[in-house]
Amino acid sequence: MSKELYIYVTHKDGAPDDSASELIAAAGKIDPDASVTAIVAGSGDNVDTVCQTIVASGSTVFKIVNEALAYPNAEIIRKVLVNILPTDAIILISHDTFGMDLGPGLSIKLDAAFVSDVIDFEGAEGDNLKIIRQEFSGQVYTHVLCDISAGAVINIRPGAFKADENLTGKGKVIDKSGDASDLTSGRRFLEVVEAEAGEVDITAEDVLISVGRGIEDEDNMEIIFDLAKVMGGEVSCSRPIVDAKWLEKSRQVGTSGQTVKPKVYLALGISGSFQHLGGLKGAPFVVAVNKNANAPIFQAADVGVVADILDFIPELTEKISEIN
Amino acid sequence: MTTALISPAQAWVFFIPTWIFSLLIPVIGMAVFTYIIVLRLAPLFRAAPDQRTDQPLKRIGNVLKLWLVQYRQPRYMLAGVLHIMIFAGFLILAMRSMSMVLIGLSEDFVLPGLGGEFGHFYTIFKDYAATMVLAACIIAAIRRVFIKPARYAVPAKYGHDHTAEAVFVLGLISILMLSESLFEATAMVAETQTGSQAAFAAPLTLVWFFKLMLLNASISALQSMHLIAYYVHDLTFFFFLCFLPLGKHFHVITSVLNVYFMRMQKGTIKPVRWGVSDEQLDDLESFGVKKLEDFTWKHLLDFYSCADCGRCSDQCPANAAGRPLSPRFISIKGRDLIFKTYPLKTGKIHNSEPLIGSIYEEDEIWSCTTCGACEQECPLGIEYIDKIVDLRRGLVEDGDVPQSLQKPLRALEKRGNPYGKMERKRADWSKAKEFKKDCQVKVLDKKTSADTLYFVDSITSYDDRMQQIGQATARVLQAAGIDFGILGKAEKDSGNEIRRFGEEMLFQEMRTQNTEAILKANANLIITADPHALNALKNDYQGLPPVKHISEIIAQSLANGSLQLKPVEDTGKVYTYHDPCYLGRHNDLYDAPRMVIDALEGVQRVEMAKFRDRSFCCGGGGLMLFYEPEEDERMGVLRVRMADDAGADVIVTACPFCLANIEDAIKVAGMEGRMEVIDLAELVDRHLV
Amino acid sequence: MEILVCVKRVPDPAENEIELNSAGNDIEQDDLVYSVNEWDNYAVEEAIQIVDKIGGSVTVASVGDEDAEEVVRREMAMGADKGLLLSDDAFENSDGKGIATILKAAVEKGNYDVIFTGALADDGAAQIGGMLAAMLDWPYASLVNVIEADDSKTIKVGREIEGGNQEMNDIDLPCVLSIQTGINEPRYVGIRGIRKVASVEIPQLGASDLGIDPDTVGAKGAKVKRVDYFMPELGEGAEILEGSTDEIIAELVERLKAKGGIK
Repeated sequence: MSKELYIYVTHKDGAPDDSASELIAAAGKIDPDASVTAIVAGSGDNVDTVCQTIVASGSTVFKIVNEALAYPNAEIIRKVLVNILPTDAIILISHDTFGMDLGPGLSIKLDAAFVSDVIDFEGAEGDNLKIIRQEFSGQVYTHVLCDISAGAVINIRPGAFKADENLTGKGKVIDKSGDASDLTSGRRFLEVVEAEAGEVDITAEDVLISVGRGIEDEDNMEIIFDLAKVMGGEVSCSRPIVDAKWLEKSRQVGTSGQTVKPKVYLALGISGSFQHLGGLKGAPFVVAVNKNANAPIFQAADVGVVADILDFIPELTEKISEIN
Repeated sequence: MTTALISPAQAWVFFIPTWIFSLLIPVIGMAVFTYIIVLRLAPLFRAAPDQRTDQPLKRIGNVLKLWLVQYRQPRYMLAGVLHIMIFAGFLILAMRSMSMVLIGLSEDFVLPGLGGEFGHFYTIFKDYAATMVLAACIIAAIRRVFIKPARYAVPAKYGHDHTAEAVFVLGLISILMLSESLFEATAMVAETQTGSQAAFAAPLTLVWFFKLMLLNASISALQSMHLIAYYVHDLTFFFFLCFLPLGKHFHVITSVLNVYFMRMQKGTIKPVRWGVSDEQLDDLESFGVKKLEDFTWKHLLDFYSCADCGRCSDQCPANAAGRPLSPRFISIKGRDLIFKTYPLKTGKIHNSEPLIGSIYEEDEIWSCTTCGACEQECPLGIEYIDKIVDLRRGLVEDGDVPQSLQKPLRALEKRGNPYGKMERKRADWSKAKEFKKDCQVKVLDKKTSADTLYFVDSITSYDDRMQQIGQATARVLQAAGIDFGILGKAEKDSGNEIRRFGEEMLFQEMRTQNTEAILKANANLIITADPHALNALKNDYQGLPPVKHISEIIAQSLANGSLQLKPVEDTGKVYTYHDPCYLGRHNDLYDAPRMVIDALEGVQRVEMAKFRDRSFCCGGGGLMLFYEPEEDERMGVLRVRMADDAGADVIVTACPFCLANIEDAIKVAGMEGRMEVIDLAELVDRHLV
Repeated sequence: MEILVCVKRVPDPAENEIELNSAGNDIEQDDLVYSVNEWDNYAVEEAIQIVDKIGGSVTVASVGDEDAEEVVRREMAMGADKGLLLSDDAFENSDGKGIATILKAAVEKGNYDVIFTGALADDGAAQIGGMLAAMLDWPYASLVNVIEADDSKTIKVGREIEGGNQEMNDIDLPCVLSIQTGINEPRYVGIRGIRKVASVEIPQLGASDLGIDPDTVGAKGAKVKRVDYFMPELGEGAEILEGSTDEIIAELVERLKAKGGIK
């Protein structure tokens, strides 16, 4: 394997996104010996702060600074990347809402292969990279062969690769700002409309009692609040609960909701899709209660109970309130 | 005949002979009345067709029972008795009122048959009737104005209160009674004073009171009062006649027709359009009711006939639970829309707007569980379920189906069950290891046959909890020595709720597939433990073997000794039976399940406040389980509280949906541990010898 | 506004249990039932609502074999004006780029202002819309959950981004948008609706009709190929607490206390 590996780094307020180190780990899984070049685009001084953080882990950084990049508009960044990347390059992008916007179109412009939502690599067969991904909302896994002879754009599932926290080194920053031209697009960013702030801020809670589809009915939500009360925690939920309008959006944990870092996380009647688990950071102690013993949540949990939450939770609440 | 007073037919006022008034009032009155009625009839002629002329004898029977005898009125005792008093009085006074009109033209007029002895007797009789009506009107007015029964209240969203109209009409009736009596009393007093032979005034009647009051009045005063009373009566009479079709008192005229044309068969749903066969349905331009004239003429007649008594809504479980549905206002809003679309003032008919979004809301229409409590209660045979289903048919065709119902409907189309589970797993409940040890269930096909077919239906086939009902039913059938089998994967959802949720074509698809599979199984009898399946197979399907509910089979097996039960296990518990709507109200099966429970030696059984044909729906079955209504409280919770109030610890039901709803409700009501629910088949299974 | 919506026929997870076959290398195909991809259904509804509001027409296109006609018809029953079936043996086993190539050819045969795709489908790749836009050189926005369209040459779209926030953009026409679920409430399509459009002719276009070089699509043109389906050996996963409910609760309470979960 002699391909050049690139990662695209998203960042906010001068700090690279968690996904950056995961992408480095993913690149390492493709080719442990390859040097990885990180691409950081943006405007203002924050870009340098981000670059320094990345350089400290040993990677080389391509830096592109331009007023037009103040907000990461995938349509403009695609143009930047097409100008900067060599042909045949492999670029890894986090499969988040930005990566979904960028990856597919970029692959066409680079005339490279595209694979999205990758969860693992299993080596290579000649010019073909052997990739693992999932279909049917994670119900089955597939092996995919990807012909990388003309380069590839690979979108990596957030959280699928474990970042190596001990990476050190001294990479260098190369300013590629001059290579970026025509930074206009038929799509113009206007503003971000923040989700309505709810009464609670689940991102600051140490104990979260999270409820999913297993609650079955809005009227049953009471048992979750009762438990949260005796445990001194706050109630959060998975997406179906918000879709059903049983709880406000601000309580939703997951990639399309809040990212939380509690110490203890109770997943009650939550099957455990990666989109949900994507919102769970900081390695909390996870307890899963689900009546389906095969629910993926049990893979992610520390302790599991196979039970119907409608029966189990009231009893648990009673026991805890006895102790209190 | 010479009388002491000059009659309205002979009198003169300011050089005008009063007979001119006696002629003009009825002529103008009848002209106005005819104009109103023609305009009221117009929408009926523009409405969808209906078939209501079959079984005339049975229909006449209904008229005698519901209209003449007012059979359903005493279900609400005080209001019912008052109504019967006024209604009976009206019938008795009808002949007198007609004579009164004609007396104004010819003072000697006597209705044929009212001469002689009978006429004398009738006079006394109608005098008492008039007095009774006045008394009833006074009590009714006091009740409406001061006692204000809750069911007459009009929630703000449905407009203003209706008390004024009600009291106004009571006033009109009172004026009729008083003026008629005064007219007669003045004549009598005058006769007495002039020494001619006075007619007899029955004691304690209005006439009798007036006679006492006027004994010393002068002849001229009597003469004036006589004439005034006559024309007050005449005017009021024709005013009242023309006023009736303007509001809820139209029922005075339409009720007899409404009862004659009322629906004759229970448990069914009207076809999409009368006179259009299932094969021709594809040619129909539009399905269901979308605008006013899409209703059938009988359904519009229903709107006219609603007396606004509020009994339907008082019994409606959706209304009780705070859902946005009140059957009373389905009628009142419909009636008011007819009045608006066919205005009397201009006589110009307006174009009809879509009903949904103008007078009805989608949530209102989806809130109905089709439990039938409203129709069971209506004293004059107004229908609601067919209207709701017709409105839903319109919504379904336009794609306006709540998201929560779309998934199960799609799954039904693809898989024949609302859960989207695989067809081949439909009989999995019968293959569970523990169960299979003692009970083998045959799957009927060309090679395997049985005398009886057990139709399981979707919820019992697939729901973890309800599979136990299936297993219990199978064990009970086995114990009763019945040779039975199931259809397995060839069985589809019976479609009871698919039809009632307005997806007629999907229902017909299910019916076709089931009918084929059932006939292929070649059984002599079909039994089911699911009342929704029972209702569909019995009333919505054609050409099947007889269909019976498991409770009938158990009752029969207990009676002939083929099944024996142990004494009740837990003698300390008090049992109550919850009538499933589709077993009770829609199929008249009330006694068999009670007999089965009572067959357990030592069992204590109580009835809840609402039972048999007044049973309170648990929350609805079939697709209703998927619908997410707006409501203050679950119906099931209200029902569980009723059981608690009756002092019961165990609710026995005979329907998997009731079991599901009540089991849930017990949890929501926080009554776990002190209230339980069990299916009848499970109860019997537990007590098999 | 002329709108083309690209739809895919997929096994709907709500009505199927996706399992591996006995050989363990493919999903069990027996008993699978198919419907239109959920995201695509939202896209069609959105297109119909826009056309109802500002005029124009909705065309629904699907790449697939003859079975795909069923979903095109369903979306026409929903209210789409025209259907297109893009079908050819040469299209079989196309990768995402191959599908986008076929769709691009179909787009160029028409005169569309906007192309909708679903944000993702059964394979979870979320790729077709972005690829198609890049091929056409039209602007693109993914995960669109609000559209404000009028008669101007620009429309306003909102994208669903992290944290439940919404990223608002102006986008020039013509453009490609991938539609996220929840953007609307799709209407119900009953059997009667499908029967009403049962006899409507749905044109079928193959590689030569579209002017596509067969070598650029299908298995031949695919750079990305699915080799098999499998279920991994499950890792250790959670420690499952066993015993009576009381025992489980006692154990769980201990653990929660130890981790600071009970204050």
